[in-house]
Amino acid sequence: MAFLIRGAHAVDPQAGLDDVVDVLVDGERIGEVGPGLEVPTGATVIDARGRYLVPGLVDMHVHFRDPGFEYKETIETGSRAAAKGGFTDVATMPNTAPVCDTGAVVRYQIDSAEAVGLVRVHPMGALTKGEKGEGLAEIGDMVVEGAAAFSDDGRGVQSAGMMRTCMEYVSQFDRVVSVHCQIDTLTESGLVNEGRCSTRLGMFGWPALGEELEIERDIDLCRLTGCPLHIQHLSTARGLELVRGAKAEGLPVTCEVTPHHLFLDEDDITDAYETNLKVNPPLRLASDAAALRDGICDGSVDCLVTDHAPHAAHEKDCEFEIASFGTVGLETSLPLVLTNLVRTSRLSWPHLVELMAVNPRRLLRLDAVRIERGGEATLTLIDPEVEVEVDDAWFAGKSRNSAFMGAHLKGAATDVWCAGTRTLADGTVA
Amino acid sequence: MEQLGPKATIMDEQAMARAVTRIAHEVIENNEGSENIALVGIVRRGANLAQLLADEIGNIEGRRPKVGLLDISFYRDDVTRAISPVLHRTEIPFAVDGKDIILVDDVLFTGRTVRSALDALMDFGRPRTVQLAVMVDRGHRELPVRADYVGKNVPSSREEDVRVCIRPLDDHSAVEIWDVAAEKKLGGAR
Amino acid sequence: MLSVRNLIDTTSLTADDITQILDTAQSFAEVNSRAIKKVPALRGRTIVNLFLEPSTRTRSSFELAEKRLSADSLNMGGSTSSVVKGESLVDTIKTIAAMNVDMFVCRARFAGTPALIARSTDARVINAGDGKHQHPTQALLDLYTIRETFGRLDGLKVAIVGDLIHSRVVGSLAPALKTMGADVTLVGPPTYQIVDPGWYGCAQTSDFDSVIGDMDVVYMLRVQLERMEGAAIPSRREYNRLFGLDAERAARMKPGAIICHPGPMNRGMEIEAEAADAPNSKVLDQVNAGVAVRMAAMYLLLGGEDDGVSY
Repeated sequence: MAFLIRGAHAVDPQAGLDDVVDVLVDGERIGEVGPGLEVPTGATVIDARGRYLVPGLVDMHVHFRDPGFEYKETIETGSRAAAKGGFTDVATMPNTAPVCDTGAVVRYQIDSAEAVGLVRVHPMGALTKGEKGEGLAEIGDMVVEGAAAFSDDGRGVQSAGMMRTCMEYVSQFDRVVSVHCQIDTLTESGLVNEGRCSTRLGMFGWPALGEELEIERDIDLCRLTGCPLHIQHLSTARGLELVRGAKAEGLPVTCEVTPHHLFLDEDDITDAYETNLKVNPPLRLASDAAALRDGICDGSVDCLVTDHAPHAAHEKDCEFEIASFGTVGLETSLPLVLTNLVRTSRLSWPHLVELMAVNPRRLLRLDAVRIERGGEATLTLIDPEVEVEVDDAWFAGKSRNSAFMGAHLKGAATDVWCAGTRTLADGTVA
Repeated sequence: MEQLGPKATIMDEQAMARAVTRIAHEVIENNEGSENIALVGIVRRGANLAQLLADEIGNIEGRRPKVGLLDISFYRDDVTRAISPVLHRTEIPFAVDGKDIILVDDVLFTGRTVRSALDALMDFGRPRTVQLAVMVDRGHRELPVRADYVGKNVPSSREEDVRVCIRPLDDHSAVEIWDVAAEKKLGGAR
Repeated sequence: MLSVRNLIDTTSLTADDITQILDTAQSFAEVNSRAIKKVPALRGRTIVNLFLEPSTRTRSSFELAEKRLSADSLNMGGSTSSVVKGESLVDTIKTIAAMNVDMFVCRARFAGTPALIARSTDARVINAGDGKHQHPTQALLDLYTIRETFGRLDGLKVAIVGDLIHSRVVGSLAPALKTMGADVTLVGPPTYQIVDPGWYGCAQTSDFDSVIGDMDVVYMLRVQLERMEGAAIPSRREYNRLFGLDAERAARMKPGAIICHPGPMNRGMEIEAEAADAPNSKVLDQVNAGVAVRMAAMYLLLGGEDDGVSY
C-alpha cells in the first residue's frame, strides 16, 4: 500500500526536519519527502494540512499483563491501546505470570505482538529470577530472543550486592538496566505520599526518601559498574536533581517521567479516596510535579512514558488501601502533553519528538526511525486541534482505570503507520 | 423588605390573662382541688402557659402545683419530613404515677402534637388522668383528640397560621392570625 | 440541620454542626436517664451496622443508641459478612442498599471505606472508625464529655498522648477540638508521631512532663499492642516510664484538669490504676456519653429539612 501524506508539518530533529512537506509511504519505507509530491498510481492521499507528522511514538514503560493477567490486558488489547495513543513501539515490563525472566517468555511476547500486528512489543526482561531479587535471571538468553532492556519493575532490587551483580552482568551486553527505585523497609504499607497527604487521609506514607535513597545507590552502582542506568518514573524534585548530578558527572544515567507525575499531585486525592490516583510511586507534592515539568522542558528528563498499568474494574472499585496500584496511560499520554506543555509553548515539537520517539528508541537499542527518503515508514500523524473527552469511549484497551478520567484535552494522534501498515486511521484502531 | 403584620389579633394580653384565670378555676373545679394535679407544658409556648396557669392555680389555692416541661421532638410521627432544628430540655421533676396531669399547649390543631406528647408522657409513668388545656383550638383535627380546657375556639383556614405570643418568649402577648401564603412569598418565617 | 449528609469525618463539620450534635445529645442524655430509655424518634427507619472489623464497645454503643431511638437495625460483619466470601464491598453495599435501608454505620479496617459506601448508596453513612483515618463519633463523645465538665471547649488546653500514628481517634479528635477553639498538643515518641501535625493545626512534642502541668484535659491513647512488633518503641516498660500516666504524673496535673481515654485501656502501659480510676478520670462518662452522642448523630442525619409546618 502507498499513502501520500499531503501538507503535514513534519518534525524530525534527527533529519533536521521541521517544515510543511509531503511524505510518500511506499510499502514499509518512506518513498519520498518533499514539497508538492506527485500522487503515484494507486496511492491513498491523506490531506494532513494542519496536522503534525512525527516518527512513530515509543512508550518504553507499559504493562501488557500477558501472560498471566489477561483479565486486565492482553498483548492484543494493549496493542490497541498503544495504537490509539499514537504509538508504534512499546517496551513491556516483566511482571507477568510467569515473570518474563526467560527467553521463552520474551519470544512469546514478541511473536504474539507480531501476530496482532498493531505495535511492536520490545519486552524488558527481569533482572532476577521471578523478580525476587535473589538470583540472576537468564539475561543472555533473553538478549538473544530480543529483550530490549532489563528491569525488576514493580519493585526495587533490595540488596545492593544483588544489584551490583545485575549491573555487572548486564554490562557485557549493550542493554540498559531500567530501575524501579523503592526501598521496601521505608515504604512498607505506604499508600500515598508521606506528609500532609498521608496525615489527611489516615494512611501510611510512602516517603520520597524511599525512592531517592535507592536512586542514589543505583547511580553509585552505575559509577562502579559502568552499566547504563535508566531511572524509571521519577516522582520527586530531588530524584531529578540526583539524575542531573549523575549526567553532569558524565555517567550513563537517563530517566523517565509519567504524565500522572507531571500533571497530578497528592492534593488531587481527596477524601473521596480516588483509587485511580493510587499509583506507585505515589503522586507527590505540587512542587515536585512542577520540578518534573521543568525537567521535561529543560532536557533533564530523557523520556516520557506512561507506566500503563491496566487493572480490572473490581481491583479499583474497592477500598483505597486494597486497590491495585496504577493507572492506564497509553491513550491519554500524547493528548496530556500536547494540552499541558505543547499548547502552552513550554515544549517544542522537536523536543516532544525527542522525548517520545528518539530517546526511547536509543535507550531500547532500536534502530532509529527518521522521516527521510528510505527511512522506515513508522509515523504518527497528530491533530493538535482535536477535542478529546476522556471517557469510557476514548479508551481502546481492556481496562478503564485512568487517573485522568473525565478530563477535557486538546490534541491527539489521528493516524499511525507501523512499518508501512496503517494501524490507526482517522482515530480508529485498524 | 415589606414589614408583615398579623391579619387579625384574636386575643390581647388581657383576654389571655382572663382565659388563664378561667381555665385555672375550671381545672380546680374538675379535679375537686389541686392536691393531685401537676402541669406539663409542651415546649416552648405551652411551657410558658403552664407556668402562668400554675401561678394562677397557686393564687387561688394557696399552693402552686408542680410544672414539668416536655419536648416532644423525639415522639413526632413525621421525623422524615421535619425535625426541630433546636431541641429543648424535657424536665419532669416529679413522679407522674397516679397524678392528674394537665397537659398544656398553646394551639390545638391536627392533634398530632398532643398524640406525641401523650406517648412521651407515658414513658415517664402512669398518670391517673391526663387532661388537655390549650389557649386556642383552631379546628382541623386529624386525630380523635379534644381539649378539656380551651381559652378560645378560633375557626381558621388551613392557609392561615394561628400564633400564640407570650412574654417573655415574644415581645408581646397576643393570639394572632397570620397569612402563611403571603408570608412565604416574602420569604419570612417565624 | 447539619451541613453534611453523612458523618464520615470531623474535618467536614462546622462549629455549628458540632454544637448542634452536642446540644441534641444533651436531650438524649435526659432520655437515657429515664426509667424508660426509649423514644420513637426513628421508628420505622432501618439502620445497618456493618462492622468489617471486630469491635465490641463501639458496636454495642451504636446498637443501644438504635434501640433507644426505636430504629430497626441489622447487624452485619465479621464472619457473617459476605465480604469474606469474596464478594466485593461495593457489591455487598449495593445488595444491602437494594433492601431500602436508611443508614449504614460502618467500622472498617481501611481508611476511606465509609466514603466508598457513601458513593455506592443513597443511604446515610456514619463512620464508626475507618482504619487509621477517623472515628468521628468517638471524637464527638469526647467533646461532649469535656464540655459537660468545663461548660465550654473554647480556650481549653488538651494534650493527646501516646500512639498517635496508629490512632483514628487523633484524626477526628484533634481537628474537632481545633474547630471548637481548643488548643491541642500531641504528645508521643517520635516514632509514634503524626507526620504533619500542621494539618491539624496542633503542636507536637515528645516531652510529656513539660506539658502535662499546663493541660485542662489529658487524653491518653491506647497503645496498639499488636502493632508493637517492629520496634517503634523498645518495650512496654520504657513506654510506660516515658509516656504512661501514673500517680506521680497525674499529681502534677493542674487543679480541675481531667483524664480521658477512649478505651479499652492497657493498664500498666499507657495508664495506671491511680489515674484511670481517679476522681477526675472521665473514662466512664465518655462511655456513657457515647450512646447519647450516637443517638444525636443518627437522629440529626435521618431527619429531613424542617419545612416549618406547625401542628
